[in-house]
Amino acid sequence: MIDWRLPRMRYGMILVWRRNLLVWRKLLIPSLLLNFGEPFLYLLGLGFGLGRFVGELDGLPYLTFLATGLIASSSMNTATFEGLFSVYTRMVPQQTYEGMLATPLEVDDIVAGEMLWCATKGLFSSSAILLVAFLLGAISHWQAALCIPIFFLTGLCFAGPAIAVASFSRSYDFFNYYVTLVLTPMFIFCGVFYPVTTLPEFAQSLVQLLPLSHAIALVRPLASGQELSQVLIHLSVLLSFALIGFYCAVALVRRRLIQ
Amino acid sequence: MSDYIIKTENLKKSFNGEFVVKGIDLKIPQGGCFGLLGPNGAGKTTTLRMLLGRSPLTDGTMEVLGLEMPKHARRVRHDVGVVPQSDNLDPDFTVVENLEVYASFFNIRGDVIKKRIKELLKFVELNEKAGTRINQLSGGMKRRLSIARAMVNEPRLLVLDEPTTGLDPQVRHLIWARLRELKNSGTTLLLTTHFMEEAERLCDDIVIMDYGAILSQGHPKQLIGKHVEPEVVEIHGELETLPKSLIRTALDRVEIVGETIYYFTDDPGKIIEQVENRPNIHYLHRPANLEDVFLRLTGRELREI
Ligand SMILES: Nc1ncnc2c1ncn2[C@@H]1O[C@H](COP(=O)(O)OP(=O)(O)O)[C@@H](O)[C@H]1O
Ligand SMILES: [Mg+2]
Repeated sequence: MIDWRLPRMRYGMILVWRRNLLVWRKLLIPSLLLNFGEPFLYLLGLGFGLGRFVGELDGLPYLTFLATGLIASSSMNTATFEGLFSVYTRMVPQQTYEGMLATPLEVDDIVAGEMLWCATKGLFSSSAILLVAFLLGAISHWQAALCIPIFFLTGLCFAGPAIAVASFSRSYDFFNYYVTLVLTPMFIFCGVFYPVTTLPEFAQSLVQLLPLSHAIALVRPLASGQELSQVLIHLSVLLSFALIGFYCAVALVRRRLIQ
Repeated sequence: MSDYIIKTENLKKSFNGEFVVKGIDLKIPQGGCFGLLGPNGAGKTTTLRMLLGRSPLTDGTMEVLGLEMPKHARRVRHDVGVVPQSDNLDPDFTVVENLEVYASFFNIRGDVIKKRIKELLKFVELNEKAGTRINQLSGGMKRRLSIARAMVNEPRLLVLDEPTTGLDPQVRHLIWARLRELKNSGTTLLLTTHFMEEAERLCDDIVIMDYGAILSQGHPKQLIGKHVEPEVVEIHGELETLPKSLIRTALDRVEIVGETIYYFTDDPGKIIEQVENRPNIHYLHRPANLEDVFLRLTGRELREI
């Protein structure tokens, strides 16, 4: 008995997004440390360390190749973890949504606001790595700034599925399945660390179905100053995941909260 | 538009085919305090959730604030305040921030809300705690903050689900005083409770419900007059030393619960004269109260839900 009516987009989603922004602002310092500290270590350790052995990949220095992959996947990871853990926390133990639903806000506003927030956090973390990569000299092209809307779109694309999973979880442990079976495989196989073209043929076509491949296909050339190709396809895949994810997340959260 | 702030007809709710609200008709007039009484699991919270448009009806119709529900749920919630059964304050924020953020959900302008929050914190006596985080508040403070939060939108109707359950007497009396003030200033109160003293002190009209159905409705005094005899004599001690005739011949209603006998009677004198001056028998003579009505109507078996 799922309520599959189309979600409505209202101003309420901005209010939900703003609530999260206000909380985040209070924890600004530790968040920034995480956003900047981790990629800095990754790029320094892996980029320079491995880079010595690898040399160039797809015409890019390994540091640049890795940095652009990490930049794209960071939106995915951040939006997913926000959509799983934080949304679950607000939905179940904290009962934040229960309080919101006693106001004129509705489930549609909450889910849309949370998705915007997941995407915003994804944008923050990817932008932080972009900046670190720039400071380390891995990226020097002005075009890199055009990645920023892609970060947001990538965040939206992964927020919906994460919120949907949170909506039918009974505990935090359940997220291990999603992270291990969905998130980590994308991180490993979608071209963050090596070009997808090194995979066997059948695996390559499989990987093309996964949204992270398309996020990387946009971010890597944009950030490194290479030529973009098949922009429309990549954008449509990300946008479709975002829209279908939103629709499913709204329906499933309705099922959880409206009884 | 009707004169009633809430009007329901044949309101029903089932979960997985099992009915927990079985056709409730409510007519709650504007102003005053209306009490929904019932043991645990009676269906009080479920009824409130339907009234707020939080839970779809299985059957029946209802109007809240003169608007058809759940069609107008958002407009109705704009003018209703809700104090939930278990506090869901936002632990990521301080006391003031909780109120500010909650007010933003009603689209209340920032400068209007600043002033209102000051008044509200004074009203629930939390002005010294404005900057405190939620997890450093006591249970009583949290409940008072929940009440303040429910009032940020200046509601016409304030719905309170067991507002004083689990609180100490000091806080309880403070909350009762505040609720009475609100009532006097024209806000309609709808509260659920299984605490008879609360209902007797605050409510002008009461519905007693159990197993999803209404058992009786009226003013507390009216209900007492209707369902129980006016006086009660409770007797305990060595009951076997009492003359058998006392129990057998009593014309009035007698209930034996564990080691205590309850006589519900119009003429307590005749029972008292038989039990006084007995060394091992203790008795208590008191007027009948709402709790007697409640137990008479809902029975004495335990509800452990
Ligand atoms: N979401 C739900 N799913 C299934 N049963 C429920 C749900 N909510 C309440 N119930 C059941 O409905 C009955 C009435 O519950 P409730 O309205 O909370 O009672 P009260 O508030 O009077 O204690 C209880 O038996 C409870 O277990
Ligand atoms: Mg209840």
